[in-house]
Amino acid sequence: MKSRRFFMDKVLISLACLSVVIAIVPLASILYYVTVRGLPAINLDFFTKLPPIPVPGAVGGLGNAIQGTLILVGLAACIGLPFGVLSGVYISEYGRNFYGRTVRFLGDVLIGNPSIVVGILGFTLLVQPLHGDNLAAGVFALSVIMIPIVSITTAEALNLVPNSIREASAALGIRKWRTSLLVVSNAKSGVATGALLATARVMGESAPLILTIGISTQWYSGPTAPLASLTYYIYYFGTSGLQNWVDLAWGAAFLLIVMIIGINLAVRLLTRGRRAYA
Amino acid sequence: MLSEKLETAHGIYTQGEAPRNVSAEPKVEVRQLSAFYGKKQALYDIDLAIESNQVTAVIGPSGCGKSTLIRCLNRMHELVPDASVRGQVLLDGADIYGESLDPADIRRRIGMVFQKPNPFPNMSIADNVVAGLKLNGIRDKGRLEESAKRSLQRVYLWDEVKDELKRSGASLSGGQQQRLCIARALAIEPEVILMDEPCSALDPTATAKIEELITELKAQYTVVIVTHNMQQASRVADYTAFMYLGKLIEYDQTTAIFENPKEQLTERYITGKFG
Repeated sequence: MKSRRFFMDKVLISLACLSVVIAIVPLASILYYVTVRGLPAINLDFFTKLPPIPVPGAVGGLGNAIQGTLILVGLAACIGLPFGVLSGVYISEYGRNFYGRTVRFLGDVLIGNPSIVVGILGFTLLVQPLHGDNLAAGVFALSVIMIPIVSITTAEALNLVPNSIREASAALGIRKWRTSLLVVSNAKSGVATGALLATARVMGESAPLILTIGISTQWYSGPTAPLASLTYYIYYFGTSGLQNWVDLAWGAAFLLIVMIIGINLAVRLLTRGRRAYA
Repeated sequence: MLSEKLETAHGIYTQGEAPRNVSAEPKVEVRQLSAFYGKKQALYDIDLAIESNQVTAVIGPSGCGKSTLIRCLNRMHELVPDASVRGQVLLDGADIYGESLDPADIRRRIGMVFQKPNPFPNMSIADNVVAGLKLNGIRDKGRLEESAKRSLQRVYLWDEVKDELKRSGASLSGGQQQRLCIARALAIEPEVILMDEPCSALDPTATAKIEELITELKAQYTVVIVTHNMQQASRVADYTAFMYLGKLIEYDQTTAIFENPKEQLTERYITGKFG
């Protein structure tokens, strides 16, 4: 007999499917519009030229913003990843005590910390003393955003490594730090996943950049000078009302999304066919 | 220091000499040992003298503290958060809990094989065997290969795996994995080998192979095996300790324990009246 349960089952499955559609529609439309509007802006000039002057019909590109984003994110990763991974190792392998639990709690809090607050920190510590926006402040802000993300994902990945591996290693007279490296090597795809996702996350950051690195119409000109970035140019050109600038902002948005999708695909490749705890 | 020890050990092995530790003194002597998990006491004042080049079995019902006891013998117990130990464990007369000693050094002299085979899943068969040497800083490739071969031969795994040493250790069967773990423990040339129910995850054929191996190992090593299987204890062990509720009830030659137990509790346990 078709019971009430059968009916409820169908209703709930339909609701779940409907929710999926509702969730996907905005995402798909963003991808669609950004591609339709942004793709035409992508050409050789886009990668190699400086931004055009604010005159209708002037041509140029966002080469400096692409360069700036790569330098900025690259440097932030160089600082944020080692600190993040090491503090993750501390939380998981050495932190079975009050200090470890405190670090873990702070990490969780910092992940939820609005990035504009980190921007203010960078502004106070590095922009004001240096009398102006600069790359160092931007790198600082982004690495501060990365550290807790990498740290918590690393700790989670290491926690999934069975304790029998630590015991096997300890029983062979292998020292604690070497055992910890062994545990990390058993969780390397999990650790790499966290690192890549954190990199993708800060690549799309804009609020802290407004307060720290600022914007520049020139190429890279030193660690204490402002530097262009894709996200800031999306905001700056996107709200300018000038057609040639707005087109470039769409192009920047498209490129940024492609880069972030690329990183996510890399994560997929890394984690394909992995072991249960890797 | 480790390398010196290995040289001598290898030398003795290749010359095929008799047991290298012939003495009247016990190899390991446990004195008034109590162990705790937080405030909960798991062992009460254990005294136990483990003879050199003999197999000693520790039997008793689940939760009686037999695993805790052998984990105290190579300082693995203290890896459990909040765990602590009181008393002494003497290895060749020196307390392994002595102030100046590094637990890692102790664990190189007293190896351990676990209940569930635990090869390193990201290492090949060969790398698993020599993991203890490699991660302790030995780089000489020829020496590592030689040690891998010798250790695998000693556990009769060499002929089964010699053509696929590069395969993952996790790809072997359960029994093979356990023999791999024994080979890994042997590769660092310990003096004592602790086995915590090494056959409980294995089928009868694999169990028989491991038991045979244990009997052979005592020519060179002192073996302590925890088992819940009394037949196993009577088959492989020279001495047997019976534990109950964290206390050592009786300790004697295996034949005496099984044929003529002094304690009523021991007799009731080995005749299957409780357990």
